[in-house]
Amino acid sequence: MTRIGDLFGRLGRPAFIAYLVAGHPDTAGFTVAARAAIGGGADILELGMPFSDPVADGPTIQHAHTRALGAGMTVDRYFDAVRGIREVSEIPIVLMVYCNTVYRRGVERFYHEAREAGADAVLIVDMPPEEGERALAAARENQLDQVFLVAPSTSEERLGLVAGSGSGFLYLASLLGVTGARDRLSGEASRLIGRVRPRTRLPLAVGFGISRPEHAQALKEAGADGIIVGSAIVDLVETHAGDPDRMAREIRGFITGMRDALGD
Amino acid sequence: MKKGRFGAFGGQFVSEALMGALGELDEALSRFGKDPAFTATLDSYLAEFAGRPTPLTFCRNLSDDLGFRVCLKREDLLHGGAHKLNNTLGQALLARFMGKKRLIAETGAGQHGVATAIAGAVLGLPVEVYMGEVDMARQQPNVYRMELMGAKVIPVTSGTRTLKDAVNEALRDWASSVRDTHYLLGSVVGPHPFPLMVREFQSVIGREARGQVLGKEGRLPDAVIACVGGGSNAIGIFHPFLRDDVRLIGVEAGGEGLGSGRHGASLCGGSPGVLHGALSYLLQDGDGQVLETHSLAAGLDYPGVGPEHAMLKDSGRVEYTAVTDREALAAFTLLSRREGIIPALESAHAVAQLVKMKGELGRDDIVIVNLSGRGDKDLEQAARLTGGLA
Ligand SMILES: Cc1ncc(COP(=O)(O)O)c(C=O)c1O
Repeated sequence: MTRIGDLFGRLGRPAFIAYLVAGHPDTAGFTVAARAAIGGGADILELGMPFSDPVADGPTIQHAHTRALGAGMTVDRYFDAVRGIREVSEIPIVLMVYCNTVYRRGVERFYHEAREAGADAVLIVDMPPEEGERALAAARENQLDQVFLVAPSTSEERLGLVAGSGSGFLYLASLLGVTGARDRLSGEASRLIGRVRPRTRLPLAVGFGISRPEHAQALKEAGADGIIVGSAIVDLVETHAGDPDRMAREIRGFITGMRDALGD
Repeated sequence: MKKGRFGAFGGQFVSEALMGALGELDEALSRFGKDPAFTATLDSYLAEFAGRPTPLTFCRNLSDDLGFRVCLKREDLLHGGAHKLNNTLGQALLARFMGKKRLIAETGAGQHGVATAIAGAVLGLPVEVYMGEVDMARQQPNVYRMELMGAKVIPVTSGTRTLKDAVNEALRDWASSVRDTHYLLGSVVGPHPFPLMVREFQSVIGREARGQVLGKEGRLPDAVIACVGGGSNAIGIFHPFLRDDVRLIGVEAGGEGLGSGRHGASLCGGSPGVLHGALSYLLQDGDGQVLETHSLAAGLDYPGVGPEHAMLKDSGRVEYTAVTDREALAAFTLLSRREGIIPALESAHAVAQLVKMKGELGRDDIVIVNLSGRGDKDLEQAARLTGGLA
């Protein structure tokens, strides 16, 4: 059993998955943010590798990618960041990357390095299962989970393919569009859970637009096995980049609030 | 060959949200592509509205200068002043057949944005065009043209604020609007079926040129030259000649020289990578971060290139080369003086390649250059660079 499968198996409540951009706002600031996320009660960390052209992301995460690259983020340092977390914690780590990062590194090499660094899963944002043959083989070879996305626009026809392709969990995009905190939870989320549930035994984690405890509460009631929060946390990192103590407090406070809403 | 692939290149590297729309588009293309109602409507727009067929012009003076026979395929005479309208009329009509209610597009120089605005106006579809802030400043007249024809121009402030970022924003828009919106992509780039579809709509250039040269000269040309940004005018003229014994030459933006790092030559100076939904050649660093590009021709200022060109490069069927800003500017002046035709700076790259071939060819050899657009949009910039305008 992988670390991720094991976690969903024993939690008994929805998992809280925190997304951070590696190297944002810089190497030292990222370390503070990651430790605060773990300390605040995140169950899984999702680490974004900054990319020059993050087409699936809204303004908050785009800006974080740009800032991290400006601060000198590289793929080598990305794996360093994974190792740094692994030294202090057994928290499952999902690498969330754009395809060209993996392609340029060499697919097999990227997965091997991910495994060596201590990652548990890879999600390639712009790689549907149809294009995933090599990545899936490399993931299997290195005993890593390969996570795929489901969108509200995913047809019934493709749902079978997507739900059957990944492992670890399925990432359900709660709305049609790009990442970014929204005030209200999209109504598509619970419909999507209802559509996907009968098609897979994988845990269903819902992300995109989630930013408040009442969203977490509502998704728990809708039957989500996990919720993923990105932009709302990245925004805290960005806002308090100049004051690491405050940043850590804010992130811990935010995650504690979300965790409370998910129950224990 | 795998579906949606050109050899190893192409594919559908997009987020899940767009997969449905790409499937729908693929289906619509096979359904309406052969539907007589669709093709007849498109043909009538191309003839009566856009001005097809465009002439094949024999250049007497330039032929004397260079020592071989030069013909220009005159896409500069197409309505809108560039080849772009072949594609936008085709896609906008397809969008209407599909029941889409809105068109979005990206633009760099503004030529594709203008062509989309034209198609949207005549076919009754609202148009929103994403354009980098830097390009909006460089190409102000085209912003006004688009707005005059009822399109909304949305400034893009992310990244390098040029064409690549305009594509990013259009893709982000499409991710949330796919259900009622068609993304009218402007070149043979992007995920399948865009490279195939845009090629289909642009191949009219090559079909006409092939027929015209056979009619006039009684034989096929020895070489065909076109500039390559994303690669749509080049594929459009090359494709009908692929099976012939004809040299095909694609000319990329050499900018300040391939060695300078300031250019837009993805095939000559890049490596395979994934951008905007397809695997193709790409200007990137060792970590796969996409590099900034440079060309004085805004329409060639793009770090990627269509996947079919990547295949044609690797197979050796098409030769790819690059000419510098300086060479393109000299060709811009040359064609204006010798033939009374002011080319777009993009097309001037193809003309510059022609000049480089002086001495290589015999008197009876025939070369066709795809004159993809006219230079009116570039007058101010060219005048500044050649010292002709204070
Ligand atoms: C006149 C002209 N030629 C060529 C291009 C380059 O595009 P492509 O390579 O797709 O033909 C452009 C793009 O704006 C253009 O305006």
